[in-house]
Amino acid sequence: MEALFSILIGLFFAGAIYLILSKSTVRILLGVALLGNAVNLLLFTAGRLTREVPPIIPVGMDVLSPGAANPLPQALILTAIVISFSFFAFLLVLTYRAYQELGTDDTDEMRLAEPRNEQLPPMGY
Amino acid sequence: MAANAPALTFFALFLPFVASVLAPFLTRLMGDRAALVLALAPALAFAHFCTFLPEIAAGEVVTGGYAWAPSFNLSFSWFLDGLSLTFALLITGIGTLIVLYSGGYMKGHEGQGHFMAFILAFMGAMLGLVVSDSFLMLFVYWELTSITSFLLIGFDHEREAARRAALQALVVTGGGGLCLLAGLVFLWNITGVTQLSLLVHLGDGLRQSPFYLATLLLVLAGAFTKSAQFPFHFWLPNAMEAPTPVSAYLHSATMVKAGVYLLMRLNPVMGDTPAWVILLPFFGGITLIAGTFLAVRQTDLKLMLAYTTMASLGLLVMLTGFGSAHAVEAAVLYLVAHSLFKGALFMVAGTVDHEAGTRDVTKLGGLRAAMPITFGAALLAALSMGGLPLFFGFLAKEEIYAALAAGNPRAVFFTGLAVIGNALMFAVAFAVALKPFLGPHVETPKHAHEGPVTLWLGPVVLSVLGLAAALFSGVAHRYISSPMASAITDQKIAVDISSVPHLGVPLLLSVITVLLGMLAFWRLTDLRAFMVRALESLGPGPDRGFDLFVSDLVRLSGAVTRLVQPGRLEIYITATFILLAVTLLVPPFLFGELPAMPAWPEDLLVQEAAFFAIAVIGLIAVLRAKDRLTAIVSLGIQGFAVAVIFLLFGAPDLSFTQFMVETLSVVILALVMTRLRLTPRDHRPLGQSLFDGMVAVACGLGFTLLLLKSTEAPFDTLLTDFFNTYSKTVAHSANVVNVIIVDFRGTDTLGEIAVVMVTGLAVLALIRVRAGRRAGSGEGR
Repeated sequence: MEALFSILIGLFFAGAIYLILSKSTVRILLGVALLGNAVNLLLFTAGRLTREVPPIIPVGMDVLSPGAANPLPQALILTAIVISFSFFAFLLVLTYRAYQELGTDDTDEMRLAEPRNEQLPPMGY
Repeated sequence: MAANAPALTFFALFLPFVASVLAPFLTRLMGDRAALVLALAPALAFAHFCTFLPEIAAGEVVTGGYAWAPSFNLSFSWFLDGLSLTFALLITGIGTLIVLYSGGYMKGHEGQGHFMAFILAFMGAMLGLVVSDSFLMLFVYWELTSITSFLLIGFDHEREAARRAALQALVVTGGGGLCLLAGLVFLWNITGVTQLSLLVHLGDGLRQSPFYLATLLLVLAGAFTKSAQFPFHFWLPNAMEAPTPVSAYLHSATMVKAGVYLLMRLNPVMGDTPAWVILLPFFGGITLIAGTFLAVRQTDLKLMLAYTTMASLGLLVMLTGFGSAHAVEAAVLYLVAHSLFKGALFMVAGTVDHEAGTRDVTKLGGLRAAMPITFGAALLAALSMGGLPLFFGFLAKEEIYAALAAGNPRAVFFTGLAVIGNALMFAVAFAVALKPFLGPHVETPKHAHEGPVTLWLGPVVLSVLGLAAALFSGVAHRYISSPMASAITDQKIAVDISSVPHLGVPLLLSVITVLLGMLAFWRLTDLRAFMVRALESLGPGPDRGFDLFVSDLVRLSGAVTRLVQPGRLEIYITATFILLAVTLLVPPFLFGELPAMPAWPEDLLVQEAAFFAIAVIGLIAVLRAKDRLTAIVSLGIQGFAVAVIFLLFGAPDLSFTQFMVETLSVVILALVMTRLRLTPRDHRPLGQSLFDGMVAVACGLGFTLLLLKSTEAPFDTLLTDFFNTYSKTVAHSANVVNVIIVDFRGTDTLGEIAVVMVTGLAVLALIRVRAGRRAGSGEGR
């Protein structure tokens, strides 16, 4: 089962990275959203897979029943989902604002911080 | 000594820094009279160090200090022997006079407070340097002198020449300091000690170490840059851009001698090897001759003195390199004599400049009547510099010739260098001391008159000391020269030369020197013209090289920046992911760590297969989306498919969160996307698409292989067991995932919430900025 997950995750990474390599900020944004899922699945799989038994201690017991899912990756991913969501929201607004201000979604056209043909600093002391 | 001596010494070492902090406030309160109060700091330190004189003269050493980081064997510790005590006395003694002199010289200058602060900070650094025992402390103070020197040279920072000179001094001496640091690390690694006082008896092991030469070269790089040895000499004359008190103090009496101090300090440990005996006299000799030749060329009083300082430093390095008892005695005498007469002459040059308005020797003359006290001080200092009998400089010169004069060709060569150098220095000394004062009166930019007492006190005290030290040579030798020479050679030496001339080769050489010097002085104008022509024919020197170095550095860094930061996001991202692919793919292939071929999972259920397929379809649909709606919907599809996969594999919490987040994402995306354009086609040309696709597939393959390989290995359940055991029993909750999030890793969750909050604020700011600008521009219209 882990093997099938590995391949699925590989596809997710490939798709996400292909989109991020684009020059269009909207596509980069979609890629970032995919990348979050890819990473979460990676963490999930690395903690080993079990079917359908959530890591909840049954009533009357002190420890998980055998065969329960590994709780640690789930806790990590829970944090990661929330953070990647806020990252996504921020990027979305940034993309939108950049498009409004600069009138383009092409990263090559966004040269305010690093303009073309930047001059050398003045010689002298 | 009293029981509280370490605390007092510690206090004395920090007194200049305390005064430095107070200086701007005092100057604001008291104006130039603040110098009288501030001079107390070095004066008290001087008095404190004087109390050590009997003990040091008796051949003892004083160490003390406080542990700093004992686990690293680091301490703030000092070490007083004849060498460091002499330096400490010179620094604090001359420092006192310089502070007073600065009070008069900088009177009315708006930056006087800063100036006082800088010069006192420098004094603290220099004092710390010469008494440091620990290597680290020595290095820190060493660099601190470079930094304070930078501030002082660039004091008049509105002039480009001053800025250039300051930067140059910092680059040269700071760069040398880094070499010194490497050298000290070598010393520490070879000998295993981090204190100079412990180093003294480890010389044999050090000299036999295979790293000896590397260590020596690194230490020499530090010492030669600091002490302005050829070819690093060019920063010193440029440093004359600084106000004259700085030139008198840093660039003749103290800082430039730090390199010589270091060489003298290391002489017992690193000296007396072929490399030492060849390199030091060679570079010292070149510096001596180059310095005197360049000095003769100048007409600016300060520049003349600056080049003779360079020459004197060369002489000192040369003598230290010889390392014989006589040579060391000569170096000691000359070092002390030089500090006295050169400090005095610099202050005289400053006074003349201050009162007459120029320091060009060709535009000065006949000031003897207007400035009799300054003239007297200048004359006494020049007599000592010229090495005439009854003065300390004479003792030094006698000793130099006694040390150098021997039958072999090497000795003859270096004796010749010393005679020529000393003769030219004689000529320059009298040119500085006599030309502005004698002869017919020349009209100067300012109407010249004697300066206030603070301006002539320094030169008078220093030049009279140069005479007194020779007249009472017994006392001077007992407390200063002999202990210092003993410390440098690490054996008991009693200096006994007196100002009574005795016949012999040294006296004969002295006479030749004086005669040659008088000849040079008489024909100084011709000599100057000759030197100007000769040096012009040599072409540009290292000073021009520094300019080229700096401009080339700017160009090089510009080219490198353009190469690695072309300003295109695409290139940065591509580089990042190519590196990621290489990191993931190369090690498994290189080390044969590839996973086994995975088997098709037999137990795959239909619903699992279905959601896998939906996720992949959603993924492909996002990649191929041609309009906004498709993109949003397909992004939602893959997100919900992932949520269901979480649910199927025992993670309901994840699943619910993922559902919620995906829903929110889709809603927000839909809201924003209505205002954004999504070009129907990915506007990458085919070749670019293929390349990007290859990079992406390589990364994806890398992650697949990584995950396959890591899930092959047996699972380490250490952490899982921990949470499993303690969730119910300690944290009292049945939902282990929740316990981890809110309890075991609660701080982490707090961080996560903070991230969400910061993002929310940033989003709000981005939107509000727009609104604000609209309102603003609306008003404008």
